[in-house]
Amino acid sequence: MSILLDNTTRVIVQGITGREGLYHTRNMQATGTNLVGGVTPGKGGTTVEGLPVFDTVAEAKAATDAEASCIFVPPPGAADAIMEAASAGISLIVCITEGIPVIDMTRAMIVVREHGARLIGPNCPGMCTPGHGKIGIIPYQIFTPGLVGFISRSGTLTYEVVALLTEAGIGQSTCIGIGGDPIIGSTFVDYLKLFEADPGTKAVVMCGEIGGSDEEDAAEFIKTMSKPVVAFVSGRTAPPGKRMGHAGAIISGNTGTAQGKVAALQVANVPVADTIFEIPDLVQKALAKL
Amino acid sequence: MKIHEYQAKDILARYGVPIQPGRVAYTPDEAAAIARELGGPVVVKAQVYVGGRGKAGGIQFGDTPDQARAAAAKVLGMDIKGLKVEKVLVVDKVDIKEEYYLGIILDRKTQAPVVMVSKEGGIDIEEVAANTPEKIIKQPIDMRWGLRPFEARDILARAELPHQVISKGGAILSALAQAFIESDASLAEINPLVLTTSGQVQAADAKILIDDNGLFRQKEYALWAESEESNPLEYEAKQAGLTYVKLDGNVGIIGNGAGLVMTTLDMVARVGGKPANFLDIGGGAKAEVMYKALTFVARDPQVKGILVNIFGGITRGEEVAKGVIMAQAELPKGMPIVVRLSGTGAEEGKALLKDAGLDWGKDMREAAQKIVAAIG
Repeated sequence: MSILLDNTTRVIVQGITGREGLYHTRNMQATGTNLVGGVTPGKGGTTVEGLPVFDTVAEAKAATDAEASCIFVPPPGAADAIMEAASAGISLIVCITEGIPVIDMTRAMIVVREHGARLIGPNCPGMCTPGHGKIGIIPYQIFTPGLVGFISRSGTLTYEVVALLTEAGIGQSTCIGIGGDPIIGSTFVDYLKLFEADPGTKAVVMCGEIGGSDEEDAAEFIKTMSKPVVAFVSGRTAPPGKRMGHAGAIISGNTGTAQGKVAALQVANVPVADTIFEIPDLVQKALAKL
Repeated sequence: MKIHEYQAKDILARYGVPIQPGRVAYTPDEAAAIARELGGPVVVKAQVYVGGRGKAGGIQFGDTPDQARAAAAKVLGMDIKGLKVEKVLVVDKVDIKEEYYLGIILDRKTQAPVVMVSKEGGIDIEEVAANTPEKIIKQPIDMRWGLRPFEARDILARAELPHQVISKGGAILSALAQAFIESDASLAEINPLVLTTSGQVQAADAKILIDDNGLFRQKEYALWAESEESNPLEYEAKQAGLTYVKLDGNVGIIGNGAGLVMTTLDMVARVGGKPANFLDIGGGAKAEVMYKALTFVARDPQVKGILVNIFGGITRGEEVAKGVIMAQAELPKGMPIVVRLSGTGAEEGKALLKDAGLDWGKDMREAAQKIVAAIG
C-alpha cells in the first residue's frame, strides 16, 4: 500500500516535448510508472517515447482518462498549466517547476481548490512509491519498498536521508517532496493525514526547514496521530531575513526559525534528529515501540 | 528584491497615490537646488535598504535651500546599520495631523495577499502586531477580482479611520492593492499614510519588495537592482546567476539543492566550524558552473577553506570533480578543499580528485570534520 500513486495510476506529462520533460519522461517510464500521454500545445497528434501527445490537457484527459499530471512547464506558463490540469479534472497535479511568480500561485490555488484537486509542489522533485513508480525527478534507484512514509521540503536533502534509510534497511512506502516555495499546493499536515490513514505506512519521516509555520502546524496535528513521526529541521545556522535558496526558506522577524520549529515538534513529543545521521536510529526506535 | 522609497513612491504614483513632490539628490548642491524648485520647507531622507532611518538620524529637515544643503551634507555618506547613504530623497515637508498604516503582505497560510490597516501609523507594524494585534484590521484579497473599492473603504472604516479619510484613503488602498498585484510584489506598505492639517491624504513613506520570480516580466523594476554597500558579493553572485548568501565564518560551502546546502552549513557548525556562505549550484551543473562557484566563494577574504557537498542525480560527480580541479589552480595557494560526492558519477569523480591530490570525505559529516580540521 502507499499514498497517491501506485503502478495503476494513469499519468500524463505537461511539457513532454521540452528538454526536461522528455528526459524525465524516459526516467519515469523506466521505473514502471503508468504514463499514458503528454501535452504540449502545438505538438498534438505526434508521439513521444510511444506516448500520444495532445494540445490540451482536456483532450489528453478525454483520450486517456488520466488521473495525474506531472508539469515541466517553464515559470511564465507553469501556473496556467496547473490551472489547466485542475480544470480538466486531473486529481493529482505534481508541479516540478521552480521560479513561478508567487502572485500566479495565489490565482492557481483558487482553481485547484475549486476543482478539489491535489497539487504537489511547485518547486519540488515530485514523489515516488517504491516498487510502483514515480512522478517527477526523484532518483528512484536509492529507494526500497517498505513501511516508512517520507515528506520533505527539499530535493537533494530527501535523497541524502532516503539513502541513509535504505542503507539501514528501512524501506519507504511513499516519498514526497512537498516544494520549497512560499505557496505550495499541499503542506505537511495534508500528507500526514494521508499517511495516518494508509495501512501500508507505519511511521513517517518529516524533513522541514526554516520559513513559514508548516512544521509548527504539523506538530499540532501529530499530537492527534496514532503513528510515530521522526523529524529533522534544516537551517539552524541560517540568518534572519535571508532567502536560503528556496523562495520559502526565509526567517521573517521571529517566525520561521529552525529553533522554533524544533521546539514545537519536541512539545508534541516528536523525536527531532540533530543531524541527518541520527534519523535511521530514531526511526528504528519508533518502529520497535509499535 | 528590495527597492528604495523613492522608487516605491514612483510605482504608487503611477496608480494615482498622492505623494509629496520631490526628487532624488546625490550631492548637497543637488538637494539645495531641489529645495529651491519646491519653494518651501523640505524633508531630506536617506535612501538605503533598511528600516529605522529616522532613529539613526537619516531624516533631516530644512526650511531654506541652504538648510537643505546642510541637511543633505549631514545625511549623505552617513552609515546606517552598515549601509552607506549614497542618495537622499528631497520632498516637500507636510504638516501632519494624523498618521495611519496601510500594508499588504503575501500570506503563506491563506495563500493570498493580505491587507493590513491600522489607525496607528508611522510605527513598527511588527511591534503593533506582536503587542496589540487588535489594533490591526486584516483581510485577504480575493485574487479572482482583487481588492474592490468598497472592500477597501470597509477595511478603513473597521480600522476606525476618521470619516474624512475613508473615501480618499479607500482609493489609495485599492491603488496599493493593484500596484502590489501588477508589480509582482511580496510586500507593499504605506507607512505612514498621513492626513495633513489642510485635509489632504498622502503617502509620506512607502516600501515595496518585488518577488524575484516575477522579475522576468517586471523588466523596468529589474533594472533598479543595485548592490548593497555592506554586501557587494551577494549582488555580484545574483548577476552571475549564483544562489549565494554571505555569512560570517571562514568555511566556504558549495552544494546542490537548497535543503542540502543548509544542512551542510548546520553540519559544519555542529563539528565546530563557522560557515562563510551558502551557495547552491542547483541541479545538473556542469564543470564550468562548479568552477565559477568555487572561484566566487574564494573571493570572500574571510574564506580559509572550501567544502563541496554534492549528492549526484542529474548532477554528475565527474563534472563536479573537473570543475574543482579547474578552479584549484586559481584559488589562493594551499587553500584546503574537501569534496564529498555521492550518487551518479561519484566513483569517476573521486578518481579524478585523487589524481589531482584533492581530499574527499565519505559522507557529509566526515567531509565537514576534515575541512574544519584543515583550517585549524
